[in-house]
Amino acid sequence: MEITADKFDNKITITMRAKSQNESFARVAAAAFVAPYDPLLNDLTDIKTAVSEAVTNAIIHGYECNDGLVTLTFCSKDDEMLISVSDDGVGIEDIEKAREPMYTSKPEMERSGMGFTVMETFMDSVDVESAPGRGTTVIMSKKLANRAG
Amino acid sequence: MSLTSAERGVNLVISITGDIDQHNTEELRVKIDRAFERSHCKHIIFDFSAVSFMDSSGIGLLIGRYKTASAKGGTVAIAGMTNELKRIYNISGLKKIIKSFDTLENAEDRAASKLRA
Ligand SMILES: Nc1ncnc2c1ncn2[C@@H]1O[C@H](COP(=O)(O)OP(=O)(O)OP(=O)(O)O)[C@@H](O)[C@H]1O
Ligand SMILES: [Mg+2]
Repeated sequence: MEITADKFDNKITITMRAKSQNESFARVAAAAFVAPYDPLLNDLTDIKTAVSEAVTNAIIHGYECNDGLVTLTFCSKDDEMLISVSDDGVGIEDIEKAREPMYTSKPEMERSGMGFTVMETFMDSVDVESAPGRGTTVIMSKKLANRAG
Repeated sequence: MSLTSAERGVNLVISITGDIDQHNTEELRVKIDRAFERSHCKHIIFDFSAVSFMDSSGIGLLIGRYKTASAKGGTVAIAGMTNELKRIYNISGLKKIIKSFDTLENAEDRAASKLRA
């Protein structure tokens, strides 16, 4: 999905090398993008965690820890945040199976298979576009809770 | 991220400071397993009061340590999680196998009494 800038109030795109040290940068970037909307701490934590999951997946599954580029796009419209994380890695053959709680293709790495479940629980929506050899894009949205509410 | 470990009777107390993510779980795993192997402790208690962030990489790390401690007949507990950290703990299924305590003292008491029982 192409996120067209004119539909949003703001848009920032960041492309980073697929290095695990950049996971914390991605979280900080997500927090910095959302901060002007005065989010509740819970919402901020949820968004940072979901971004961390998607970026980690791109690095360890998409590129299998080899070099590559991961692109993050942050968009906002009022209090609605839209975040996409994409890689040009191996892609996912069976997306439905990948999203199942506790499914992991790398149990030997002590992975719990909870990444997608975390994203789905913490965000309002999670869409996955992927095909073998064609890379993966995860698009997540979340409407920030009203402070007064 | 930094880690310290301390033997306190039957409990090995592992205190972690900073973020737990895929970037540092391997280093944490090696350090925790080494400390546990060298100790005479039965249980592992994580002091998470200074952990600022954790994602599913941390869940995998904790489940792995639970397996290690269980093999020795011990348990794993977590103490001092912030409300933010509890969000991922609550949805991850971890609480079925790893108990959470507000303070380190409570976690240590519980683990020790479980051993006596
Ligand atoms: N960007 C990606 N590229 C290729 N495969 C992916 C990607 N993201 C996820 N997957 C596949 O989906 C599976 C499930 O992902 P999920 O994040 O839920 O669990 P995990 O990464 O295996 O474990 P955890 O996130 O708990 O550490 C992965 O094991 C992997 O096979
Ligand atoms: Mg994952």
